[in-house]
Amino acid sequence: MLTIACPNCGERGVDEYRFGGELPTVPDSVTDPGERNVDYLWFFDNVAGPSTERWFHDGGCRRWFTVQRDTLSDRIIGDRIING
Amino acid sequence: MNEFVETILSLQWQDPKPTYDVVIVGGGGHGLSAAYHLAARHGITNVAVLEANYIGSGNSGRNTTIIRSNYGIPESVRFYQHSVDLYNQLETETGCWIMHATKGLMWLVHTETGMRAERARSLVNTACGTETVMISPEEAKALCPQLDLSGGGRYPVRGGSYHPGGATARHDRVVWAYAQGAMQRGVHVHQHTPVIDLLRDGDRVTGVITPNGPISAGMVMSAVGGKVTQLAAMAGVRLPVRTHPLQAFVTNGYAQGLGPIVSSTELLTYVSQTARGQLLMGAEFEPQPTYSMQTSFQTLANVSSKVAYLLPFTRNLRVLRQWTGICDVSADFSPIMGGTGVDGFCITTGWGTWGFKAIPAGGEQMAQYIATGDTPPLIAPFALSRFAADHPMADQGSTGTR
Repeated sequence: MLTIACPNCGERGVDEYRFGGELPTVPDSVTDPGERNVDYLWFFDNVAGPSTERWFHDGGCRRWFTVQRDTLSDRIIGDRIING
Repeated sequence: MNEFVETILSLQWQDPKPTYDVVIVGGGGHGLSAAYHLAARHGITNVAVLEANYIGSGNSGRNTTIIRSNYGIPESVRFYQHSVDLYNQLETETGCWIMHATKGLMWLVHTETGMRAERARSLVNTACGTETVMISPEEAKALCPQLDLSGGGRYPVRGGSYHPGGATARHDRVVWAYAQGAMQRGVHVHQHTPVIDLLRDGDRVTGVITPNGPISAGMVMSAVGGKVTQLAAMAGVRLPVRTHPLQAFVTNGYAQGLGPIVSSTELLTYVSQTARGQLLMGAEFEPQPTYSMQTSFQTLANVSSKVAYLLPFTRNLRVLRQWTGICDVSADFSPIMGGTGVDGFCITTGWGTWGFKAIPAGGEQMAQYIATGDTPPLIAPFALSRFAADHPMADQGSTGTR
């Protein structure tokens, strides 16, 4: 099972956390403001590899933080919290 | 494919040609069904199906084989009902035994909110020509005597909906039936041929690049499961899709027999009996997207404990095998079929955890789209452009998995 080191509570299993989504990036090729909004709302990068994403420690300190996760192996990359 | 499979099928493997009218990426149920319907219904046989592994090795070989049409919105009900009808005649049509068995599907409900949702579902289904009726706990017990209506004291059954058309079929036999039907009509199927890039002429997609060289095509169709975001990106198409893993497992044989497919929309589990007598149990998909196919003990423990509340006899069974498939879950929990806005590239994706039941209809409709150039009315609501038009086909409650 995926384990995540919460900056406040330490290493816990993924069932304590809620996935908050990857930090969305809209490609530069999308220039129309309306289209950018549609992309932001509906579309996903769905990265295969390192993905920077938000997690919420639902079953612990109930705080948001940002980590990098490898979506190919479903493991957190490094122990560095990018943004507490 | 192993030797046993080759003895029961008549498959003619061919060498790849440099050019085809249609190249279908992905040799699973949807890709082979589209190839079959192109050849059988439209006479288009200059078609190649490219599969990175062996046919049916992806989600076609990992799903929980449930066929049903009790969806929550009219567009979905009509589409899936058409697919259920096609499944019912598939053995006659292809001459292949797919172990199709209509056994009925029971969705149990444990809360008053859930009862309201199921009442709405049964009304929508009835209005759109699919039979779904509300049942009382006593009727549920009559349909499946093994049920514990008290839910182990924790999840008492308040009632549920019953969908008599619910069925199961052997998943890889469905793939083989379509592969055989397509190959007998001249379609080429190339296994172990991954697509590493797309050939492009300006914005247009004109073919695919494989490790054995390029193959040009008048139309490239993506029937990829799992890595579809990466394939679409090669054509410059972004998708409203995230790839989540879903786990399932089977137990050893249960001799007494379990009648209908038993599931609970609120506990997010479903149990059916395979032709071998094993109980096949599935879970909800995992909340975080990943391409990893690892299984976890947590899911096994979680699902089996919930099933044991409803069907106490399962406590005495043993788990034989557990596996994971990666599901392309679309943003509105409905499939995406048809054109992509890029010439020469069409797509069938977003099949999440509801792809197996749609194999006949999805392939048939995509074949019609490719053959005629017009989007058939049945799949027009599921076009990729629906998101930009702010008209999502939101039907999360009908997926049975979340």
